[in-house]
Amino acid sequence: MARFVLKTNINGEEREFLADERDSLLDALRERAGLMGAKEGCNNGNCGACAVVLDGRLVNSCCVMAAEVDNSEITTIEGLAEPDSLHPLQETFLENAALQCGICTPGFLMSAKALLDSNPNPTEHEIRWWLAGNLCRCTGYDKIIRAVQDAAERINS
Amino acid sequence: MVTTKKNADAIGTNGYRLIGTRPIRPDGTDKVTGRAAYAADTQMEGLLFARLLRSPHGHAKIKSIDASQALALDGVEAVLTAADFPGIEMSGNDRNGRPADNQWLQDNILASDKVLYHGHAVAAVAAKDPHIAEDALTLINVDYEVLTPVTDVREAMLDDAPILHPGMRTNVQASDVETDTERETNIAMHMRLERGDIKSGFDSADVVIEREFETSWYHQGYIEPHSATAFWNRDGKLTIWNSSQGPFVVRDATAKLLDIPIADITLIPQEIGGGFGGKIPMYLEPISALLSRKTGKPVRITMTREAVFQATGPTSATYNRIKIGAMRDGTIVAADAYLAYAAGAYPGSPVGAGVQCAFGPYYIENQRIDGYDVVTNGPKSAAYRAPGAPASEFAVEATINELSESLGIDSVELRLKNAIKEGNPNAAGVPMPRIGAEEVMEAVKNHPHYTSELQGDDVGRGVGFGFWHNAGLESGSTATINSDGSVSLIVGSVDIGGTRASLAMQLAETMGLSYEDIKPRVADTDSVPFTHVTGGSRTTFAGGWVAYELGIELREKMRERAANIWEVDLDEVEYSDDATITSKPDNEGNEREFTFVGLASKMASTGGQISATVSLNKTSQGAAYGGHIVDVHVDRDTGKVEILRYTAVQDVGTAIHPSYVEGQIQGGVAQGAGMALTEEYFYDDEGLLKNASFLDYRMPTTLDLPMIETEIVEVPNPGHPFGVRGVGEVPIVPPMPTIQQAVYDAIGIRLYDMPMSPRVVLEELLNEG
Repeated sequence: MARFVLKTNINGEEREFLADERDSLLDALRERAGLMGAKEGCNNGNCGACAVVLDGRLVNSCCVMAAEVDNSEITTIEGLAEPDSLHPLQETFLENAALQCGICTPGFLMSAKALLDSNPNPTEHEIRWWLAGNLCRCTGYDKIIRAVQDAAERINS
Repeated sequence: MVTTKKNADAIGTNGYRLIGTRPIRPDGTDKVTGRAAYAADTQMEGLLFARLLRSPHGHAKIKSIDASQALALDGVEAVLTAADFPGIEMSGNDRNGRPADNQWLQDNILASDKVLYHGHAVAAVAAKDPHIAEDALTLINVDYEVLTPVTDVREAMLDDAPILHPGMRTNVQASDVETDTERETNIAMHMRLERGDIKSGFDSADVVIEREFETSWYHQGYIEPHSATAFWNRDGKLTIWNSSQGPFVVRDATAKLLDIPIADITLIPQEIGGGFGGKIPMYLEPISALLSRKTGKPVRITMTREAVFQATGPTSATYNRIKIGAMRDGTIVAADAYLAYAAGAYPGSPVGAGVQCAFGPYYIENQRIDGYDVVTNGPKSAAYRAPGAPASEFAVEATINELSESLGIDSVELRLKNAIKEGNPNAAGVPMPRIGAEEVMEAVKNHPHYTSELQGDDVGRGVGFGFWHNAGLESGSTATINSDGSVSLIVGSVDIGGTRASLAMQLAETMGLSYEDIKPRVADTDSVPFTHVTGGSRTTFAGGWVAYELGIELREKMRERAANIWEVDLDEVEYSDDATITSKPDNEGNEREFTFVGLASKMASTGGQISATVSLNKTSQGAAYGGHIVDVHVDRDTGKVEILRYTAVQDVGTAIHPSYVEGQIQGGVAQGAGMALTEEYFYDDEGLLKNASFLDYRMPTTLDLPMIETEIVEVPNPGHPFGVRGVGEVPIVPPMPTIQQAVYDAIGIRLYDMPMSPRVVLEELLNEG
């Protein structure tokens, strides 16, 4: 077991902490940095519950090694809201009841944010295509898609 | 029964102040900001990480386990095997007086003499770091004697099948049944329900159809793996933080297996990342607890996804045979069902509910249903959303769709003709109360989806119905009025999909307060009376009953307090629907009136804070019916079935929070679509599970489903103060037959084994040439 000092910028804050050379980024965020918002659903990139934005790119953090992210910029679900208000996606997820158990919600929100950042006016099919890497077992996706549509409208208005 | 602003006869327009509105859930902000604490998020000083060693075989004897090398690894603090359990008396009854075999419960958690499925846990390691715990697993040597497995339910029933539990005999729960109870067998139980005379019924029928069906193992597929953290302190007090649908049930079972008093355990339920029945069984808590006792430190175990598929969950794979006879006019005169359900490693498949529900939407005078609970080499089956119902009702609905074609009668008309009505006996002979089966069928018939024209090549439409009886069971809550007029509501039900909101709404409605005045909180097992699982579509029903009774009691106590302050008789004090408390003017003609907040602010100086605790066990849950319509397209080149349009109609009694009602229906449809089209377990000849991942166990994604239309029918349940019926389970029942019929309508091929995966559909198309 070999530890190393990981230096990253997480949600706008410079962080420095010990990680294990075998840690995934998800392990490091959760078990070493104490950021529990990204969830482990499968640990092999199939469910999207651990999605974060790494240097501007959406990734499944379970499929990135912690050692790869030295000096990177990472945005997690904990960095999505403003200090005094929610992100429009967070608002529309609540208004649409787009979550039931909530375990997949952080991953969906990060993926949807990455979509709207690159495509502010997606069609229903584009939303479905983009979110196909995020599994939800509670909702049948209907209200999640509607929440993303509503958020796009709110951001664009 | 006191209710507020209620119009009991209204169907579809409810007349309530809050019920039927769509407020934001109280736990919403935590869940969209990543703050909500789930079981795997549990952190504390000194935490150890545990991992489980699992069987690489489908069926084997354990000859020996040597963990000495693992224990010698730096950073490993303890190893646990079944020998570390205290060894309690292994028979007895559960809370409801039913036999509970604790040996099977314990052996499923950690195998003692045999492993009965691929992935069966045999040992656990606790270490300072999760990677060390994983390394240590490779250093444990288990000597197995490999046995022949049997994974198929019908093969397991054969006389010469490998026996899972030596000495097992069939428990026969029926009279006049010719079952051999002397033979050593895998058939744990045979039950029969019978009414009328099926022989004369079939003799009088003009048309008789008999078909065979199979359904696969299906996993609940919750996204959060099971997780449990335990800390066993030196004073014998055990604290557990876990993900469970039944914190109290797990607490009691843990106390039993560990042979300690229930009151020494505090179970603090964390947010729960889905369950669908699969988080009712206990898998991890006693292991975490015993490892904590060995090490003196808190121990967290979180399952891998592979382990979740191998060792938890799935609902039974089934083989079902259905025979239905009808007259030319469509009257069904006889029905016979043979249902064989694979229980997995230990008895307890949901075949009983399969039997109860098979003909649930219909009244059939002459019927017989045989059910078999059969152990097989696989994970012990767990409850899964309307457990047992989707398989038996699929078989019946598909047979009825064929019957409709034979008779030349529209399938919805055929169902309406035979629909079960108030006063008709159910399968067990009990008369049905007011139900909405006919209303649902009428709503399907008149739905614009059903009456629309279907266009295009290789497209088809299907219709199917479903029934589920729902559950009541124990619930308890405490409500306390605070000095600013807000009300703290603590509940024992974990909130798996918006029940904090639906329970707070029912308390607010009863008390004439605003939704925001009620502050709901899910409490630990020391803080609130025993509350049964969040399951059985029961939480909004049973918890709502409790919320209503709490509201009535708090209203009474506020009246009493006002009467004492004013020194008037109680019957001179009124609590009105806007929560003001009034009496006639005093002798000087001064008005006697308190606002709710005004009286609340005087509680401390007039006798202390007002609170109430209510614990109930209601059995008036009321049955639920759903009718679904689907349009599909079948790709003749790939065999892929695409869902083009889906509509789900359901009687929900009264929709407390319509968004969460719709969400439950949509989620049930999605899981049912997975059962119909893509989800299945692949076991090889050695009993090894070949697809234990989300990549290979193919659940519906955003691209596999369209928007799912819902139509809420409201036939209030006479057994609930607000008319609530359970909602969550029945929507998983109709999708299999509904989609099966649509595939037939599209390509003219009836498929009797689920799922209708692209491989299967393509093979059928190629065979057809």
